[in-house]
Amino acid sequence: MGEIFVLVEHRQGKIRDITYEMLGAGEKLASQQGTSSTAVLLGHHVKTFAEELALRISKVLVVEDAQLEHFNSILYQKVLASLIAKHQPLLTLIGHTAFGMDLAPSLSAEMGLPLVTDCIGLSFEASRLKALRSIYGGKVNADVSLRESQGYMATLRPGVFRPAVPGEKKGGIIIEPSPLHGATDIKMFVEYIEAPLTGEDITQAEIIVSVGQGIGGPEHIPMIEEVARNLGGVLACSRPVVDRNWLPKERQVGVSGKTVKPKVYLAIGISGAFQHVTAMQGSETIIAINKDPRAPIFGVADYGIVDDFQNVIPILREKTKGTK
Amino acid sequence: MNIVVCVKRIPKTAEADIFIEKDGRDIKKDHLVFYLNDWDGYAVREAALLKERYGGEVTVITVGPEESKEVLTRCLAMGADRALRVEEPPDLDGHLTAEILSAVIKNQSFDLILTGVQAEDDNAGQVGVELAQMLGLPHAAIVTHIEMTGDKARVRRELEGGIDEVVELKLPAVLTIQTGINEPKYVSLAAILDAEDKEIKDLGTGEIGLSPGKTPDTKTDRVFFPPVTKTAEILKGSPEDVVKQLTEIIKKKKGS
Repeated sequence: MGEIFVLVEHRQGKIRDITYEMLGAGEKLASQQGTSSTAVLLGHHVKTFAEELALRISKVLVVEDAQLEHFNSILYQKVLASLIAKHQPLLTLIGHTAFGMDLAPSLSAEMGLPLVTDCIGLSFEASRLKALRSIYGGKVNADVSLRESQGYMATLRPGVFRPAVPGEKKGGIIIEPSPLHGATDIKMFVEYIEAPLTGEDITQAEIIVSVGQGIGGPEHIPMIEEVARNLGGVLACSRPVVDRNWLPKERQVGVSGKTVKPKVYLAIGISGAFQHVTAMQGSETIIAINKDPRAPIFGVADYGIVDDFQNVIPILREKTKGTK
Repeated sequence: MNIVVCVKRIPKTAEADIFIEKDGRDIKKDHLVFYLNDWDGYAVREAALLKERYGGEVTVITVGPEESKEVLTRCLAMGADRALRVEEPPDLDGHLTAEILSAVIKNQSFDLILTGVQAEDDNAGQVGVELAQMLGLPHAAIVTHIEMTGDKARVRRELEGGIDEVVELKLPAVLTIQTGINEPKYVSLAAILDAEDKEIKDLGTGEIGLSPGKTPDTKTDRVFFPPVTKTAEILKGSPEDVVKQLTEIIKKKKGS
C-alpha cells in the first residue's frame, strides 16, 4: 500500500503551523491503514527544515533546487507530479491555504486523482477515502466520499488537526533529484508585499469591539467606536467590512488580517465564519451580539445576546459614558 | 481583451433557517433566496472594469438549473456582454463543473478567465484552478489586484497574515478573484430591465463536446448540524437588563 505524503508548507524561512497539523493527521491515518507517512519538502537550502521535520516523522523526502526557493505552482507541481508518479502514495495531504489552493486542484487534475478540499476530518472506509467538511457558512457539516482510486488528495483546514509533537527517534532524510530543467516563463514569482504598519495596532488591545457585516452599514460605526473607546478598547472588524470599505484593512481580524487575544472580544453582527473565528478564538472572554440565534458565533462565544445590536448598543453607549 | 467569467447561483444561508432534507443528503432550499455567489460578483465587476480600460467582450458562463438565468441576467446588467448556461447534470461537484466549463471554453479564444475564489455554499475553492489545468493555462488563486502589461498579467495574491505575493503570468490565464478587489457598483433596475432583453444561450451537457464518462469525484453522503460542543450563555431580559449584565461581565473580565 502506498504511503501518505504530507506536503510541507514553508514561507520566508519558517515552516508554517499547518504542516505540523498535517503531520499529526497523516501519522494517525497511516497507522490506521497500516502504512507510513512521509513529509515531502521542496525548496532551496532547506536542510534545517528536513532535520526539524525528521523529529516528527519517520521519513522526509527532500527535493532541493534553486528554482524552488519561492513558491511557484507550476514548478512545485512538476516536482510533485514526478514524486507521485514514482512513489504512488495512497494519499497526498496539502494545506487548505493560499499555497495549497494555488496548487492542489491543478495537481489533482494533472494526475487524475480525486481531490477533496478544506477537510475538518478524514478517514478511510476500507480503501475508500471519506472526508468531513463544514459548509453553508459553518451551519452544516457534510460527510463526503471520494470515488475509489489508487491515490487520493485532500487539503486540510488549518487550526483543526492536532499537530505532531517532536519524538525522540530521528526519521530518515532522503534527497530526491530535482526533475526541473530551469525556470518557467509562463508564471513567475516577483516579490512579497508586507502590509504597512499604519494606524492602530489592534493586536495590543485588551478590549476589542469588533463589527461584522451584520451591522448593515458604515453609518453605525461612529457610535460603536465610541463604545469601544468608553470601554478603554479599540475598534476592529471582520473581512466583509473591509471589502465594503467601511473600515481600513488594519482593523481586520481574520486569516488574511490579524490574530488577536484580548481579555474581552465583543463581536457585533459577526456570523462566526471560521476564517474570522480562528483569528480571535484565543480571546479570554468572547461576547457576541447577533440577531440570528443560529449564527455559528454563538458556538464560540462565552456569552451571547440574541438581538438587533441597535436595541442594545445605544443603551451600552449611555451606560459607559464617562466610565473610561 | 476577451474575458470569460464563470459564476455560480447559490442559496443565501447566512441569516436563514436551515432544515435538513428527509433523506439527509442536502439542506432544504425551497424557502431560501438564491443569488449570485459573492466572490463571483467581484469577478464579474472586475471583468467589467477591465473591459472599460482595455475594450473587448465579457462572457459569463454558469453550470446550473433553468433558474440560474436570473443570476446571468444580473451579470449582464453588471456589464457582461454575453451569457451562457449549461444545464447541470443530476450529480455535480467541483471537478465535474471544471470539466464542463473546460469543454465549453476550450474551443473559444479568451485572454483571461475569471472565477471567484470559492462559492459560499460549499467553500471548495477548486473549480478555477482545476479548470486552468484542464485548459493548459497558467493560473493564480486568490487575486486582489490585476495589472496588464502587454501579453502578461501581473497580479497580487492574498496570503495569510496581511502579506501579498506578486506573480506574473503569460496570457491567456485563469485568475480566481478574492472579495474586496474592487468596489461593487449599484446595479439599477433600469440596467436589469435592459439586461433581460439580452439573449442567454442554453446548452445541454450533450451539446458541449464533453467526453463521455465524466463523473463527479466526490459525493455528499449526508449533511447534518455540527455537534454542539459549546454554547454561549445567552443573556436574558429587557435590553436594559441585558446591557447591565454585559457591563458587569466586561468590568469583571477586564479587571482580571
